[in-house]
Amino acid sequence: MRTIFLHLHPQKVNASALRINRTFGLGGMAALLIAVQLLTGILLRFYYIQNPASAYDSILFLKNNVLFGQFVRNIHYWSGVFLLMIAFLHFLRVFFTGAFRGSRRVNWWFGLVLLLLIVFANFTGYLLPWDQLAYWAITVSTNIIGYLPLAGDALRTAIIGGRELNGSTLQNFFNFHTAVLPLLMVVLVIYHFWRVRKSGGIMLPGTPDNSEMVPVMPYLVFREFIAALVLLAVLFATSALFNAPLLEKANPVYSMNPTKAPWYFAGVQELLMHFHPFFAAFVIPLLVMLFLICIPLIKIDDTQEGHWFISERGRQTAKSTAVFAIAVTLAGIFFNAWVMNFEIMLPGVPAWISNGIFPAVILLVLMAAFFYFHLNRKMLTKAELVQAAFVFIMMAFIVLTVVGVFFRGKDMELVWPWNV
Amino acid sequence: MKSPQQHPEPPTPVITRRDFFGLAWKGLGILAAVEVLGMIISFIFSGKNKNSAPPKQLLEAGPVDSFAKNSVCAFMGGRFYLARQQDGGFIALSLRCTHLGCSINWEENKKRFICPCHSSAFDISGEVLNPPASRALDYYPVLIEKGVVKVDIGTLKERKTTGKDQFTYA
Repeated sequence: MRTIFLHLHPQKVNASALRINRTFGLGGMAALLIAVQLLTGILLRFYYIQNPASAYDSILFLKNNVLFGQFVRNIHYWSGVFLLMIAFLHFLRVFFTGAFRGSRRVNWWFGLVLLLLIVFANFTGYLLPWDQLAYWAITVSTNIIGYLPLAGDALRTAIIGGRELNGSTLQNFFNFHTAVLPLLMVVLVIYHFWRVRKSGGIMLPGTPDNSEMVPVMPYLVFREFIAALVLLAVLFATSALFNAPLLEKANPVYSMNPTKAPWYFAGVQELLMHFHPFFAAFVIPLLVMLFLICIPLIKIDDTQEGHWFISERGRQTAKSTAVFAIAVTLAGIFFNAWVMNFEIMLPGVPAWISNGIFPAVILLVLMAAFFYFHLNRKMLTKAELVQAAFVFIMMAFIVLTVVGVFFRGKDMELVWPWNV
Repeated sequence: MKSPQQHPEPPTPVITRRDFFGLAWKGLGILAAVEVLGMIISFIFSGKNKNSAPPKQLLEAGPVDSFAKNSVCAFMGGRFYLARQQDGGFIALSLRCTHLGCSINWEENKKRFICPCHSSAFDISGEVLNPPASRALDYYPVLIEKGVVKVDIGTLKERKTTGKDQFTYA
C-alpha cells in the first residue's frame, strides 16, 4: 500500500513545491473526488433501475428503505458538484501560474478534455433520478444542442434517441454516466498525472537550483493525507446537512416554472436570454473553446513562468479587467432585460441580426474601447494581454452563471436570490 | 578472351521488402481500426429511431360542434392543444415550445400560450407573439370525418410561420 502511494511520486521534491499556494492541492483533490464518485457510484448502482417507469421509484426506495441510502446519494451528488468546482479552480490555477507551455502543453489539452468529461459526467447523471428537475433541465439542455448548425438536429435526436426524452435517452445517459465516461476519465487522469511527472513535477518559478530537495515521504505524502481528510470531512458534513434535490416524478406535459438547465449550464442559458441561440449556443462557446485550445500555442517572449499572474503589472491588469468584465456583463443583462430588447425593438429584422450580430457588435465595441483606453496604455506583454482576455471570459462566464442560478425566478424574471 | 560479364549493380529498390511488409501491416492495422469503429457506430445507431416515420395514429377529439370558435382545448394524453380559430378552422398545436422544448400553457384571459421557461408567447393559431421563440408552434394534421375531429398524432409538422393550409375546416 505504502509503495503504491510512493510510486505515484518522485523520491524527492523541491521544498518550495510544498508551499500550499503553489497549487492549493486542487489537482489531487479532484482525483480524490473522482475516486469518491467511482465508489459511491458503484454503490448506487446496486439499487438504481434505468428505465423511466422505475427509475424514480428506485431512488425513493434508496432514500426510504436503504440504510445510508440517502447519505450515499448525497455524497455522490455533492462530490459531483465539488468535483466540477475544484476541477474549474484547478484549471484557473494552472492558467494563472502559467503551467501550460512547453512540455506541459499536451497536458493542458488533456486537462481541457478531462474538464469536459467531468461536465458530461455531471450532465448525464443529472437525468438519472427522472424527476421533474431532471426531465426539464435535460429537455432544455438537449434542445440547445438542436440549434447547432447542420448536424444539430440529428445530433440531438441521436443523443436522446427520439424526438423527446424517453427510455432510450435514459439508457444512453446511464451507459455514458456509469461506463463510458468513468472509463475514459480513469485512463486520462492516470495519463494526466504521468505527464506532470514527465515535465519534472509541478510548475516552479525560475530554476531554483540551489533550493533544498526533501523526501516525499513524509513531507508531501503526509500533507496530501491531511488535505484528503479535510476535504472528505467537508464533503461528508455537507452531505449530512443538505439533501440532494428530488422533486416529483417527471411529467412530460407539465413544465416547471422556472425551468433551469443544470447549474453549470446556467451561464449558457443566461446567454440564451440575450443572444440568438446560434450565437449563445454555438458561436460564443466555440470561440471560447478555440481560445482555450490555442492559449499554449501563442508564442510569448517573456519567461516569467510559474509566477502567479505573470507579474505585478499582470496582477493589476487582471484585477481591472475582472472589474470591467463584471460591470459589462451585469450592465448587459440589466440593459437587455429592462431597458431595451433588440428583438422586440426591431421586429422586421431577422432575429439572428437583431439578437445576434447587433449585441455582439456592441459588446465588441465596449471591449475594444477598454483595450484602447486602458490596456493599451499599460504597455503589456503578449502574455499579459492573453491573461487579460482570459480573465474577461472567465469573469463574464462566472457572472452569467451566478445570475442564472441565483437571480432568475418565475418566468425567468430577474429577482433577488431569496425570491428564487 | 571474353571478360566475365560484369553483373550490373542491382538497383536499390525504392522500397525494400522489409519496408513493404511494414507498411502493409500498418495499413492493415488502420483498416482494422476503421472497421471496428464502423462496427461500433453502426451497432449504436442502427437499433435506434426505427420508428422515425410512424404510421398514422388517429386520436378522436370529438364532434365539431363541441368546440367553440376562438377556444382552446387541451389533450394532454395526445400532447396537443386543439385550437379552433375565429373563422372556425381547427389546428392541433404541439405542447412543445419551439424555443427549447418546454410545455406551453394556455392563458384563457389573455388568449395566448405562454412558455414557463423563457416566456415565449404564441397566439391561438400558434404564431409567435413574443420571442425568444422564433418559429410558430409545431402542429399535428387534423382530419374531420363525418363531423368528428380527429388528430393524427403520429405526424408532427414543423413550420416557420402560420399558413392558411395548416387549418382544417368542417
